Amino acid sequence: MKIQLSNVCKAFGDQVVLDNLDLTVEPHRITVIIGESGGGKSVLLKHIIGLIRPDSGSVYIDDVDISVLNDRQLNEVRKNFGMLFQEAALFDSMTVGENVAFPIREHTRLSKEEIDGIVEEKLRQVGLKKVTGKMPAELSGGMRKRVGLARALALNPKIILFDEPTTGLDPIRRDDIDRLIVKTQQLTGATCLVISHDIDSTFKIAHKVAMLYDGRIIEYGSPEKIKHSENPVVNNFIEGKSSSDQRLADYV
Amino acid sequence: MVRLLEFAGKPFVLIIESFGKVSLLLAATLAWMVRPPYRIHEIFKQMEFVGVNSLPVVLITGAFTGMVLAIQTYYGFRMFGGESLVGATVALSMARELGPAITALMVTGRAGSAMAAELGTMRVTEQIDALYTMSVNPVQYLIMPRVVAGIVMLPILTIVSDFIGIVGGYFVGVELLDINSGIFMARIVEFVHLSDIVNGLIKSAVFGLILSLVGCYKGFNTSGGAAGVGRATTQSVVISSVSILISDYFLTAVMF
Repeated sequence: MKIQLSNVCKAFGDQVVLDNLDLTVEPHRITVIIGESGGGKSVLLKHIIGLIRPDSGSVYIDDVDISVLNDRQLNEVRKNFGMLFQEAALFDSMTVGENVAFPIREHTRLSKEEIDGIVEEKLRQVGLKKVTGKMPAELSGGMRKRVGLARALALNPKIILFDEPTTGLDPIRRDDIDRLIVKTQQLTGATCLVISHDIDSTFKIAHKVAMLYDGRIIEYGSPEKIKHSENPVVNNFIEGKSSSDQRLADYV
Repeated sequence: MVRLLEFAGKPFVLIIESFGKVSLLLAATLAWMVRPPYRIHEIFKQMEFVGVNSLPVVLITGAFTGMVLAIQTYYGFRMFGGESLVGATVALSMARELGPAITALMVTGRAGSAMAAELGTMRVTEQIDALYTMSVNPVQYLIMPRVVAGIVMLPILTIVSDFIGIVGGYFVGVELLDINSGIFMARIVEFVHLSDIVNGLIKSAVFGLILSLVGCYKGFNTSGGAAGVGRATTQSVVISSVSILISDYFLTAVMF
């Protein structure tokens, strides 16, 4: 499924977060949106799944403008989505198995045995075994993200959104999650949109990279193109230099 | 001058705005009560939490309220030889006023605060957003069952509180203060009418609605991490308690 944002503007009070933003996410590919923390990446993601509506502009999912849909129509579109939240957002009153089963129970009429089978399969797909009876609080951060991904995959989504999937993980777990994202995309053929400020991970997994800055996409293209960008903001970001560092260097 | 007016008027605007938002939440909750899926399992789960799990605290507070009322009225009524009216006074006070009010305040502290804390935590850890992304309406899944449980269980808990309060009053009045058992009971039967009990139960249903709706509203609109959850929980208890006592006055004025 194709995602397209056209002239999207969003402000919270006086603070403009998205400013006439245009972006087209290619179907069946992994696109990573990079940008500074607090730069509006999560807000952008929430526009795509309809959690936030734009002040102006349109968000198209396969040519359907979801910014004008009512709640019921929006829910139908959302059934095509799976989303992995930054801290996994597992329901802590439910076991791992119940978490993964939740969307299946809500939207299908499958028997308990069939649901249990799907839960096992999805957990296996993300590399987890014998955790169905555990509570989310008993799991490590990396395992919680895997369970979150299994839950996101439960209804075989056509679009998978990842909100900073590697944040808060050690380098080995980060690599695990990167491989998992690539494997999941290959296995499902879904359109994957990842937001991240983790440059190493971005270049490992991305087919396309977009840089969000000042409410706009200032650079878009293949990882190679981004690496060799002539835009100083993109270069600074990739090299981990803040603009204040630059000012300091100029001063010294 | 304009700034002064703005400064003075801001709290009123905020109160009216909050009242409007709570009303909209109530309307959405009522709409979800009659639209499928009906969430029977969730409703029973919340009824257990609000009702069954509150029983111990309601039993203890109800019993001691009845007991202290018996002592106080006994010493007051003895001054003019009216000890025989202690039973009726305890029963009427419990049925009309103290049963509903004490029960509502206790459940606010126990279950209303927990609703705000649980929903608040779900909000700040993005679990409520996760429900939206899975095409599940959080008002229907989280709030409607809690509000139904509040409206249904508060009258039931109030009946328990009324009964145990009268038993407590009987124990103190008859066993400890030597009021004649027959007279104690006869005066209750003579002075307490069914309407006293029913009106008390209607009040308690309204209190159940208030405490669950405020708890859910505060939790659902939490922001600002763990501190925000703490703030929402405290505010929900304060706002619910104050609203219950204010509405108590007006409901009593209208009904009795």
